[in-house]
Amino acid sequence: MERRNFFKKGMTLLTQLGVLSTFAKKAKAETNGYDPSKHYYGMGIQVNKCIGCGKCMEACKEENGVPKEPFYFRTWVERYIIKKDAEVIVQSIDPRIDRIGNSVPENEMMRSFFVPKLCNHCDHPPCVQVCPVGATFKTDDGVILVDSDRCIGCRYCIQACPYGARYLNPVTSTADKCTFCYHRITKGMLPACVEVCPTQARIFGDIKSTASPLTRFKRMFKLHVLKPSLNTDPKVQYADLDGEVR
Amino acid sequence: MKRLLQKIPDSLLRVGTAFIVFIAAVILVRSLIPASLKNTEEHRKATVEREVAHPVRYAGSEVCADCHEQFELKKKGYHKNLACETCHGVAKEHTENPGDVKPVKNTKREACVLCHIYNPSRPTGFPQINPSIHNPMRLCIECHNPHDPKPQHTPQECQACHAQIARTKAVSSHARLECTTCHTVPEQHKITPRQVRPTIPSDRSFCGKCHAKESKFVGTPKIDLVMHGEKYLCWQCHYPHMPEVE
Repeated sequence: MERRNFFKKGMTLLTQLGVLSTFAKKAKAETNGYDPSKHYYGMGIQVNKCIGCGKCMEACKEENGVPKEPFYFRTWVERYIIKKDAEVIVQSIDPRIDRIGNSVPENEMMRSFFVPKLCNHCDHPPCVQVCPVGATFKTDDGVILVDSDRCIGCRYCIQACPYGARYLNPVTSTADKCTFCYHRITKGMLPACVEVCPTQARIFGDIKSTASPLTRFKRMFKLHVLKPSLNTDPKVQYADLDGEVR
Repeated sequence: MKRLLQKIPDSLLRVGTAFIVFIAAVILVRSLIPASLKNTEEHRKATVEREVAHPVRYAGSEVCADCHEQFELKKKGYHKNLACETCHGVAKEHTENPGDVKPVKNTKREACVLCHIYNPSRPTGFPQINPSIHNPMRLCIECHNPHDPKPQHTPQECQACHAQIARTKAVSSHARLECTTCHTVPEQHKITPRQVRPTIPSDRSFCGKCHAKESKFVGTPKIDLVMHGEKYLCWQCHYPHMPEVE
């Protein structure tokens, strides 16, 4: 074969292979049936509906394999007690031991309520900014994920999160946090905490959808986010939120 | 070739060999590092894939309906919005292997009391009991079907419509007062509730029958009707269905 011919044929073969392989890749991605760019997730929490049963905390641990010790949480529930002398007491309730300790007599309470909390999946996440190795990032569908392979466990993001949503997983020694149950929502299921909430205090959905429980929630209620002054733009919004909640 | 090598000074040859070995080592090590750690796009894709591959443990209520008839019953009752797995625990494995893996069936009082014990932080009107006086030692399921929980008797009279007030009053210090103690209800109110309304006490002396310091009633908090509360009527400060205790 002539040298010129060899090169000619070789080049065409290579380009054909290249085109074929990109098609193959596309086909593979489409069979998965999930296009992250078509979704953008958020959550609504109606504070007045939370009964502080802690089912969400249990379910989250079950679903995501969070260590059972009562100080590792991806989601948790705080009990706020505003006393008559204006003192604010915040307790993190524990679903296993002494579920809701009654440390304040009822006649000293001005008002009291439960506030479920989790990662706010901020649109401008401080945790992503500070990660020195780029292990944490925002996906196309708006969820903040941590790459446990890349994370070096420096705890910088744990410090940076204004909502205290992150913890250092003692098993992997990497930062861990709520993923909105990414493995569930990409299959069209609800996050575990939303699934088990007995009073529908948590509402999950796609911000982009025109009609959904989340859209209805956002139309019906006066909403607020936690620490709006930090301009983190949380995607977890609260209805009936008291001004004392931090 | 040999001559060519001999022409190169020995020292240069050694340095050259070392350099080539070094380059080879670098290439080798780099090829061992997975692409997901070198390329941002790759690393994000790998993380997303890892998250998506996480096993699902909560199956979601819809699946239960295929086999379990209780689902139809539950759909009509007060527990209609409760997911099956809120009480029965994770059931994904059960759906895959219904014969061998059985979900939890907790019939103990604690299982129900978890959500239904009275707690001042819980939202007003949420059905709550005091388990130490509400038929202690008996199982909840003896009287209430958890798939269609109902009060033992169909609410009659006032609480059929005013359930939230009835439930609030039931755990308050006014629990033992009948509605008719304070309200006179015309028979017509039951037919056209909005046109004909029950009476509400119109002056302070009504509450004073029990709470004035001259009252002979035993065991109630007493006040001086003349000095206390200025121009206000009692219920402008005190909510009679849940009066605060001092």
